[in-house]
Amino acid sequence: MITGGNIFTVATLRAQTALFVAVLFGVTLYASVCNLLLPQDSVFYVSTYTVTLMGKYLCYALLALAVDVIWGYCGILSLGHGAFFALGGYVMGMYLMRQIGDRGVYGNSELPDFMVFLNWQELPWYWCGLDHFWLAALLVLLVPGLLAFGFGWLAFRSRVAGVYLSIMTQALTYALMLAFFRNEMGFGGNNGLTDFKDILGFDLQADTTRVALMLCSALALGTAYLASRLILASKFGRVILAIRDAEDRARFLGFRTQDYKVWLFVYSALLAALAGALYVPQVGIINPGEFSPLNSIEVVVWVAVGGRGTLYGAVVGALLVNYAKTRFTGVMPEAWLFALGSLFVLVTVCLPKGLAGLLSRLGSRRRRLAAVDA
Amino acid sequence: MTLQKRIMQKQILQNTALWAIVLVLIGYVFCRPVYGEGEAVELPALAQQLAGVKLKELPNLVGQLEVAGKTAVVPLFEALLNGDLYYRKVDRLVVIARLSPAGDYQLRDALLVTPLGRAEKKALKKIRISNRVRSGLRDAIARLTLFSDDPTLRRPAVANLFNRLDDDSVALLQSAAARETDTDILATIERALALHTLLVSPDIPAQLQALDKLDGSLEPVVRNRLAALLESTENTGATRDPAVIRKAAAVLHSIHADIEFYEFLETLFFGLSLGSVLLLVATGLAITFGVMGVINMAHGELIMLGAYTTYVVQLLMPDHIGYSLLVAVPAAFLVSAATGIVIERSVIRFLHGRPLETLLATFGISLLLQQTVRSVFSPLNRQVESPSWLSGSLELNAVFSLTYNRLYILVFALLVFVALLLVLKRTSLGLQVRAVAQNREMAKAMGIRTDWVDALTFGLGSGIAGIAGVALSQLTNVGPNLGQAYIIDSFMVVVFGGVGNLWGTLVGSFSLGIVNKFLEPATGAVLANILVLVFIILFIQKRPRGLFPQRGRAGQS
Amino acid sequence: MLEDLRQLLRRDQVWPFLLEPVPPAIDVSHRMILYVEGLTVSFDGFKALNDLNLYLEDGELRCLIGANGAGKTTLMDVITGKTRPDAGAVFFGQTLNLLERSEADIAALGVGRKFQKPSVFEAQTVYANLELAMKMNKGIWPTLLARLTPEQRDRIDQVLEIVGLDHRRGLAAGALSHGQKQWLEIGMLLIAEPRLLLIDEPVAGMTAQETERTAQLLTSLAGEHTVVVVEHDMEFVRSIAKTVTVLHQGAVLAEGSMAQVQSNPAVVEVYLGDSQ
Repeated sequence: MITGGNIFTVATLRAQTALFVAVLFGVTLYASVCNLLLPQDSVFYVSTYTVTLMGKYLCYALLALAVDVIWGYCGILSLGHGAFFALGGYVMGMYLMRQIGDRGVYGNSELPDFMVFLNWQELPWYWCGLDHFWLAALLVLLVPGLLAFGFGWLAFRSRVAGVYLSIMTQALTYALMLAFFRNEMGFGGNNGLTDFKDILGFDLQADTTRVALMLCSALALGTAYLASRLILASKFGRVILAIRDAEDRARFLGFRTQDYKVWLFVYSALLAALAGALYVPQVGIINPGEFSPLNSIEVVVWVAVGGRGTLYGAVVGALLVNYAKTRFTGVMPEAWLFALGSLFVLVTVCLPKGLAGLLSRLGSRRRRLAAVDA
Repeated sequence: MTLQKRIMQKQILQNTALWAIVLVLIGYVFCRPVYGEGEAVELPALAQQLAGVKLKELPNLVGQLEVAGKTAVVPLFEALLNGDLYYRKVDRLVVIARLSPAGDYQLRDALLVTPLGRAEKKALKKIRISNRVRSGLRDAIARLTLFSDDPTLRRPAVANLFNRLDDDSVALLQSAAARETDTDILATIERALALHTLLVSPDIPAQLQALDKLDGSLEPVVRNRLAALLESTENTGATRDPAVIRKAAAVLHSIHADIEFYEFLETLFFGLSLGSVLLLVATGLAITFGVMGVINMAHGELIMLGAYTTYVVQLLMPDHIGYSLLVAVPAAFLVSAATGIVIERSVIRFLHGRPLETLLATFGISLLLQQTVRSVFSPLNRQVESPSWLSGSLELNAVFSLTYNRLYILVFALLVFVALLLVLKRTSLGLQVRAVAQNREMAKAMGIRTDWVDALTFGLGSGIAGIAGVALSQLTNVGPNLGQAYIIDSFMVVVFGGVGNLWGTLVGSFSLGIVNKFLEPATGAVLANILVLVFIILFIQKRPRGLFPQRGRAGQS
Repeated sequence: MLEDLRQLLRRDQVWPFLLEPVPPAIDVSHRMILYVEGLTVSFDGFKALNDLNLYLEDGELRCLIGANGAGKTTLMDVITGKTRPDAGAVFFGQTLNLLERSEADIAALGVGRKFQKPSVFEAQTVYANLELAMKMNKGIWPTLLARLTPEQRDRIDQVLEIVGLDHRRGLAAGALSHGQKQWLEIGMLLIAEPRLLLIDEPVAGMTAQETERTAQLLTSLAGEHTVVVVEHDMEFVRSIAKTVTVLHQGAVLAEGSMAQVQSNPAVVEVYLGDSQ
């Protein structure tokens, strides 16, 4: 395989996608059934904790997919995708806050607890209407989408590229983090939004709601995977690859490359926002820490570990690294940052194509050996 | 004598009470001249009487102390006035005690102000005073300092009296004016007297004359009294001459204008100060980014290493804090530069021409360094002490003063910048570095060992980060996250100034620093930071290559 | 306002933003297709182009020669919108000011370019490279929904045959040899059907046979297309050129047939003088 390594035959791509979807839904449906139908003492019982953890990982996987679409296929290294994730999460969090109604600590049906605490008299305008799910769902996509569009339009039009762009994206999420830490913003400051009670009338603590949310995340991931596959397999996708490898050339062929980049960036931001919106009801909190540059850059490492430019690599990477993180932080929390730091260095230096690259190298060697045998 | 001393020292370890006595004795032996001849025997004993003294007897004791100690008792009086004077229950030793960040009390000798270790609150008893004693103390301090030979003592004494003008203080000031030789202090005294005249004299020409004298005086008390005067005549009807009122309004107006001007200067200074910090942080970055095209995300951690080096140096030489920084600067340079060279040789070298991967790998390194420091030094902030020549401030007038640490760091940043320019312009290393920056292949063909130049360049940039760490240790807390706070801002500086141009970095850091500080009063620090980030994102639209771009065909590709 | 609304509601018209964008027509009524006047470009004080004037007739084949640094590549950069000049004007036909347009717009108007260093999309197949270059609407939506029509497939096959890469169609372009990449890039130019072709050193790295084929191809293109060739290979230039323009220090030194140019004393002194 020559540079880039993105030439797969249509048949292998189809097989890959089918396998991915089958495994995704196989595992999640199995877990759901085992959680809901089996008694707790059964060997096959899957605890609600595990189901929620799975749902969380699936959201992370969706976020990683978003980063892979933009980084693996278009060469745009965004260190600020956590911003879109967190914005989607905040909109969902605002909806969930409104659902609490008068069950808060202060029992104020008009204002969320933190506003009562800060002596606010009325709901700020940007909170209005968020007690409707449809509006929240719309804004979950609209707010990060508009931000991505504005940022992308400004950045790509003036041809900010490469590391400059990465730094700007990092600055974007950093600025948002600073802003959301402020109490005056009306998003709960330091503590963020939490103490959610229910979503669409379903109790967030109930097993069935947990399972449903996890299945929604799986569905979102599966749909996003298929959609990304379709988009990237179209001629649009070939233009995106062309931009990654030789943007100047693509421009001289008559493609307004900046437009392509903006739209791909927006698409990717929407995936990240969707992931954030699904993430918040499952973990039950959203705070400004989600905007921290470290979070965004961690996502990049998931993608790098799995292998960028393959889509499934991003998902596998996100699941593996997060599983490792859960294990590690449980046993020895200090060691996790050592592990993460080493992972950054090792993957970039020794494994530039990630596990997916390793896999395909092993595969091609086996094929060659088989050919020699024959 | 030495034997005796040694025996005593053994006892010190066993008995804290004796420890105190020894100290008093040693202090007595060594510091006798401070008390002045004659009173030497009496003063510590007198001070010791403060322990458990009855409130009734306190004024008398204060009087005796004043006579016996002269200016030497001023710190003790001040501590007594501020409620910082205690005695130790165990040995009734009178000490000055202040709450330390750790939660216990830091003890100092009541007369010598030398450190005496720490103690729990339980072990101390406060020496209480009444209001009468309080005003007596104030007067005593004023008398002692107002007539001292040291102008640095007289100045605050005058300012102190200025703030609470009454008949007593005016009398004191009048007698001080007769003896005063320093024109500056004399002018202050005259302003104080003029204010008094204005407020109490029934004579209108005298009031007008006083107002003339007050014109341009910056003391807050003058401003407040004038404003109160104008307000009271507005509210209670004219009890004053209209000419005086008019004149007072005019004077107040001009005072406000002056103060605004000095506030502007102060903001400018804060801006320059922030700019100098950004400059220190960003120059190292500009070198690695500009010359090697390497985004070093671990730059902040190299700064942190520099700050921790300062901390370690101070641990190693606790008796010479004054010189510690002079040692710390080269030490921090070496530590950070060595770390940088190791990073370059072990990681960055393999990622040549892959800037995005370099960015990720160096980010990983930054996590490793942070966590290492956390494991070695604990995640808590460490206290780095400021040498005395760095603390305090240069007071230019009542509303405008420059703190020495910021002033020195400003100068220091410029020195580092100039030194770096000289290295790049005048040395053969600099020539090679510039050659590699402009055309790596060609430089290689000319026989320049580019890998060596890379390592040295990276080492140089990292070393400067270390130096920046020394400077930052004097301004902020030294903790594992020290570098993080500045790194994004300094990236912005480099992007704003234009990559590969040190002058761009200079202009960029100072303009961002100044803009930031001028925005702050209007918007608050956080919003100012955000606005600056947004401004740079927009600026990049107009000038994608920064203020001072490199031009040419190579620069455009 | 009301009038606008009425316009929008008219049922016999399609809304303007739904119309396929029609590239503006190129006005060649005075037989000239490209006007370059008073062009000046400087980099840090060095004038890469210095008050350069150049006129191209519609359908001609022009060769640009000149020593390194004479400004040939910079001229192409300006025409294709990569570099903005300090002064001067570049018009495509009578009416279209190229200096106001972006690279993509200029390419869409029908200015094609082949770079000095072959630049193809190495990670994609030869076939995909040609598909990307094909003349068609290059907007986002049309590209997302694009399917190749049978005519377009035929066209790609045809070009693959012309450039001799028929049997390499499924191979990644990065796996091609240097000469093959050159051909692929020429193929990408052909399939884009530009009015004006700017070709930078087409025969570098080609065998004598391939050079000959390139010469044939370029001469056959002239007439329907306008072709500008920058080349150092004098033999090659002599074999194809009707008109030759000599650049020197960012300005035109001489212009005419190969024979005229070669006998021009100024040219002999600054350029051919060295090589003889």
